[in-house]
Amino acid sequence: MAILEETVREIRKDIVKMIGKAASGHPGGSLSSAEILTLLYFEQMNVDENNPRKEDRDRFVLSKGHAAPVLYATLAAKGFFPRTELENLRQLGSMLQGHPDMNKVPGVDMSTGSLGQGISVAAGMALAGKMDNKSHKIYALLGDGELQEGLVWEAAMAASHYQLNNLIAFVDNNNLQIDGAICEVMSPFPIDAKFEAFGWNVITVEDGHDFDELRTAVEAAKKSEDKPTVIICKTVKGKCVSFMENNAGWHGKGPNAEEVKQALAELEA
Amino acid sequence: MAEKKSTRQAYGEYLVKLGEKNQNLVVLDADLSGATKTNIFKKACPERHFNVGIAEANLMGMSAGLATAGKIPFASTFAIFGAGRAYEIIRNSICYPKLNVKIALTHSGISVGEDGGSHQSIEDIALMRVIPNMTVLSPADAIETEKMMDAAIAIDGPVYIRLGRSDVPILFDEDYQFELGKAGLLKSGEDVTVIATGMMVGPALEAAELLKAEGISARVLNMGSIKPIDVNAIEDAAINTGAIVTAEEHSIIGGLGGAVAEVLGDVAPVPLERVGVKDLFGQSGKVAPLMEKYGLTAKDIVAAAKKAIARK
Repeated sequence: MAILEETVREIRKDIVKMIGKAASGHPGGSLSSAEILTLLYFEQMNVDENNPRKEDRDRFVLSKGHAAPVLYATLAAKGFFPRTELENLRQLGSMLQGHPDMNKVPGVDMSTGSLGQGISVAAGMALAGKMDNKSHKIYALLGDGELQEGLVWEAAMAASHYQLNNLIAFVDNNNLQIDGAICEVMSPFPIDAKFEAFGWNVITVEDGHDFDELRTAVEAAKKSEDKPTVIICKTVKGKCVSFMENNAGWHGKGPNAEEVKQALAELEA
Repeated sequence: MAEKKSTRQAYGEYLVKLGEKNQNLVVLDADLSGATKTNIFKKACPERHFNVGIAEANLMGMSAGLATAGKIPFASTFAIFGAGRAYEIIRNSICYPKLNVKIALTHSGISVGEDGGSHQSIEDIALMRVIPNMTVLSPADAIETEKMMDAAIAIDGPVYIRLGRSDVPILFDEDYQFELGKAGLLKSGEDVTVIATGMMVGPALEAAELLKAEGISARVLNMGSIKPIDVNAIEDAAINTGAIVTAEEHSIIGGLGGAVAEVLGDVAPVPLERVGVKDLFGQSGKVAPLMEKYGLTAKDIVAAAKKAIARK
């Protein structure tokens, strides 16, 4: 447990540092989903950093592709590529594009960034797994604002129709999107009842930064017999950096040198 | 009278044969399997046919996901919904990661007929060929459809195959060889070259006969491979015949005519006349009168050829 806590702290530091260095990127939604990715890659998922495309691996699709920094920091921490590569985020010629590119980054299972598409692709991956009687799982991470995309619900309908119990989607419910509060821009609520109505197994995690709660949810999701599972995680946008927390202004902005320093000081405290 | 068959019918029938040879082939449809003819495959191989319902964006997204797992999805719906509504899914989830999805869309062009302008896709070639990593194929008849499906499955990456609703004459025999990126020389000629694709190849051949009767020698090229396009054949036609006519059942903007204009501008500018839909939406009607109304007949190609020659 302490290891996960230590790992997520390092991942958060890397997120802040790389976005600071790039002077652009999406810190808020990267920080809010750090525990979800840490738990998946360091405990739950069957992946091999030395064989990123091994056939029976679990897959992860970052449907909210703008949170690329949390994925990159996690993959680097796991050893898919050197951490020094993180310094090249968003630079010309870098494998670390503004949004994840599966053909450039070892460990990235799908290129994403255009919202709503990742969950649809994940449903296709899960369908392939079913066709081949495979036991691996497909994990996807959606933003709460992303639920405004119609394609999410086309995919949700299909996942339940095809009984894709090997599909486990997380919603990073941090309540903020780039233009403000999700309930003011375009409310996706009630999220749980919507997924229930679409035939999904729904689990709510009251604290999406609590590894125990997240673990319990994932383990329950793996037992779903004939339904895809959504784990709705209540999170804090910008988590662990005081001036970024619950502030939509930090959705897609890079911190300056002073802000990076302050954020790192807080994360090391 | 030549035997006739629609390219969608040929597609549905040949899917069965391709699927027997390749167990990774899967077919996805969006509630139009009767019209796209993928129901023929469904009957033969129900466990590899998925109807995602009326959800074209998800049709493309799920196809992408299946492709990441080594499946070879053939995704089918009408051209207007596939290339149109699902455009950005094709762009970002299929072409950007270069996933091995074959997008076979039927009911392209105004030969959709009675359903009218809302359902007549006259933009799909333009939309598909502008995307990096995409291959664009436009078969002229049932035989070329089969050959192009063989070519498509040999490519590890996205391919768009443009199919039609209406019956068209079978122009080729079983020995016909389709080569990616190569135009087919259907008729030699010296005064003008007609470059046609899809269901306009038949009228192009007819036009060459009409021109011959007037003492004009027309070369006819079948440009089934729209992307990659045969630059050498276009350049040779420009240099050796000095005037070009393109013929397509698509908008004159961005389709075959656009592609040929780009090549001519690059390598050998000569007079070009584009026969196609002139930046207009279609409308309901029977196929033949629609083709006449929108200027897509052999007579229109003849007039365009004379105009191009006069501009030399």
